[in-house]
Amino acid sequence: MSVRSEILYVDNTRQRKIRNSIFKIAVILLSVITISPIILIISKLIIEGIGQINFDFFTQLAPDTFQAMSAKINGEKIPGGIVNGITGTLFIVILASVMAIPIGIITGIYLYENKNKWYANFIRNITDILQGVPSIVLGIIGYLWIVKNITYGFSALAGSAALAIMMLPLIIRSTEETMKMVPESIKEAGAALGVPYHRIILKVMIPSSFSGLMTGILLAVSRIIGETAPLLLTTLGSPVINFEIDKPTSAVPLLIWNFYNDPNMIDLIWSSSLFLMGFVLILNLISKRIIAHKEKN
Amino acid sequence: MKSEKITRYVLFAVSFIILLIFAGMVFSLAGGAIPVFKEYGLKFIFSSDWNPTQGREFYGALPFIAGTLLTSFVALLICLPLSFSTSLFIAEYYHKTRVAKFLGTMVDLLAGVPSIVYGLWGFYALRPVIISLGLSDQGFGVFTSAVILAIMIIPYATSLSNEIITMVPNELKEAAYSLGATRFEVIFSVIFPNARSGIVASYILALGRALGETMAVTMLIGNANIIPKGLFSTGNTMASLIANQFGEADGLKLSALIAIGLLLFLITGIVNAIGKYIIRKMS
Repeated sequence: MSVRSEILYVDNTRQRKIRNSIFKIAVILLSVITISPIILIISKLIIEGIGQINFDFFTQLAPDTFQAMSAKINGEKIPGGIVNGITGTLFIVILASVMAIPIGIITGIYLYENKNKWYANFIRNITDILQGVPSIVLGIIGYLWIVKNITYGFSALAGSAALAIMMLPLIIRSTEETMKMVPESIKEAGAALGVPYHRIILKVMIPSSFSGLMTGILLAVSRIIGETAPLLLTTLGSPVINFEIDKPTSAVPLLIWNFYNDPNMIDLIWSSSLFLMGFVLILNLISKRIIAHKEKN
Repeated sequence: MKSEKITRYVLFAVSFIILLIFAGMVFSLAGGAIPVFKEYGLKFIFSSDWNPTQGREFYGALPFIAGTLLTSFVALLICLPLSFSTSLFIAEYYHKTRVAKFLGTMVDLLAGVPSIVYGLWGFYALRPVIISLGLSDQGFGVFTSAVILAIMIIPYATSLSNEIITMVPNELKEAAYSLGATRFEVIFSVIFPNARSGIVASYILALGRALGETMAVTMLIGNANIIPKGLFSTGNTMASLIANQFGEADGLKLSALIAIGLLLFLITGIVNAIGKYIIRKMS
């Protein structure tokens, strides 16, 4: 008994306060360490990459290794740009969006309309699993389904199919979440006026949740635009601009991979990465703006 | 009324596509993996020999399973203190202040960096540091990849933990403060016990991300088809092996790579299912 009361009356306030402040300092320090990589990465991209970005960068094809080597020997800047990558990325992303957006939005609406059915829950679980599938595995799927059986060769379609599967879960979940925000009353108002169900979806639900849907789509696009691994197995890359869905196509991340593997073209990796990063950032900023705008109103 | 029925059927049919895609994925991966399992049986999973030389062909996936698990768990260990501190900074110490918002935006930006850019940064900025510290000769290996992976999964671990930490009721915290508890004590005896399962789930989901990462790891792990001997040894992960060797593969080797894809699919699926299960049980 005496021992216990002794412990109770020890004044350790000082010690506890010291421990408290040490912990706070540690938290601040570790938080600063956490955000330092992003600052280092962005500054590295800007410092090393900005020099190569000029008009040619957006209008010329990627150089081959010989052109790059001779430019290097003569001490000139590497000629050419990444226009085949930019067009390829846009092409593949648009194809993927065309496949994923309708299916994603309609499935999202279905899940919202049938909240507690076992089938809807089942689809929801599958969507969750799909979201966790590594992108390289989706590359294998694109290869097995499309490269081997439909286009009989590496193709833009195969890459965009893999990326579409990646986009789907993101769009489905964001659609379902946004639909929850649409007031029940305006749907009922429509129904009371005898508006058919498909017109309520098209004219009431989708327009009134448009900004939310856009945000989800933009975030999904920003997630897939930098994907390299699935494209390595599906679209392969191409030295020319290609807009045919059954032909190999280049993409900015694929070009970065090629430049990285070719000692003569190292100079181009930073400018291409800066471009890609900038693109992703702009998409993120736009979607943030939409969210902020919505919260204001 | 008839058009309403049609609309409902269309919605149902489109949602069914998700099921078809998923079933098709399982079917195709399993179908592609059959030849290698027929040839080697379970030895495919438990053998550490990977030899594509013709005539002495043998494919065992153990080095890559070990490499994947090792890099991901080391990444998780590195990520833990960093993202836990960041969550406390954003959701507790400086909740709703400008500096917390800035920190949150920076962490979100981490999620936007493409994997290949992480790889480049790891190769040109992190690797020289590892070499100059004398940790390994070439700077490639499990540790280098794990550091980059840790940075990559921080946003996933942090954003969920933030939400869960802010969900801890204020009354509980205030009750502890009124008894004279310090912030440190509130964090470890009120916030942490209340948010524990959610925080654990967020780390499990982050682990799921790390398991499947490809490009950055491919550029940094050294691509040696061996079981990593230690933290600074080179190795290969399942994803990086597929990225490296899929291009020129056919026959049994292609089947082996697809089988590794199937294993990766199963492992990430199980890890994610555990994480989601914990979250669902919470709410």
